Amino acid sequence: MSPVGRLVRTRIDPSALVREVAQPAHGAILLFLGVVRDVNDGRGVTGIEYSAYEAMASRELDAIAVEAAERFASPSVVIEHRLGELSLGEASVGIAVAHAHRDEAYALSRWVIEELKHRVPIWKREHYVDGTREWVDPSGAAAHFAEGTK
Amino acid sequence: MSVTVLLFASYADALGTQSVAVDVPAEATVADVLAAIRQHPGAAVLPKQPLVAVNQRYARVNTPVAAGDEVAIIPPVAGG
Repeated sequence: MSPVGRLVRTRIDPSALVREVAQPAHGAILLFLGVVRDVNDGRGVTGIEYSAYEAMASRELDAIAVEAAERFASPSVVIEHRLGELSLGEASVGIAVAHAHRDEAYALSRWVIEELKHRVPIWKREHYVDGTREWVDPSGAAAHFAEGTK
Repeated sequence: MSVTVLLFASYADALGTQSVAVDVPAEATVADVLAAIRQHPGAAVLPKQPLVAVNQRYARVNTPVAAGDEVAIIPPVAGG
């Protein structure tokens, strides 16, 4: 396979991601799912809507997959990020990676999610139990780029 | 010359639009585009140094901007 990152609007299928990265030479397959949880900063959450600068987000997701493949010497990297309205427990992001060995697979998976959180132009608006909605502003992300690291 | 400024999420909400055409001088930079967009109502929400992308690539304040370029002002990202 070739490393790939993509935006999706339908439910992420974990089994499909795992099948996509599996290869006979790979002894380790890791699946990471980021899912919508019911609380954030002490506030009850009922759901999250994700939006993106889609053209750039697709490009960045794909670039992360390609960079990860080079950095960890395995082409078996697939990243999916979902957009739209998600309910509690639904996966917003799925990352499947495979490598000959587990140490590299864990490092690869971790590297991908951290890069994604730092540089892919995706935003989320949380819906709270009291009926309000707010855009989430994770601290640190803005500073990361204001310093010109990318 | 005219360049298109794209706004997203909280910035789009604050300025009431997702896309604005702004006029900037020839040989302008991202800084000129930011100065122009700051004239719009609601732009007070923008930080001093927002993240910016030119034609879908992260840019700096001194990155040159050409006529027809797509300049995106990017709120703190929150994917994952």
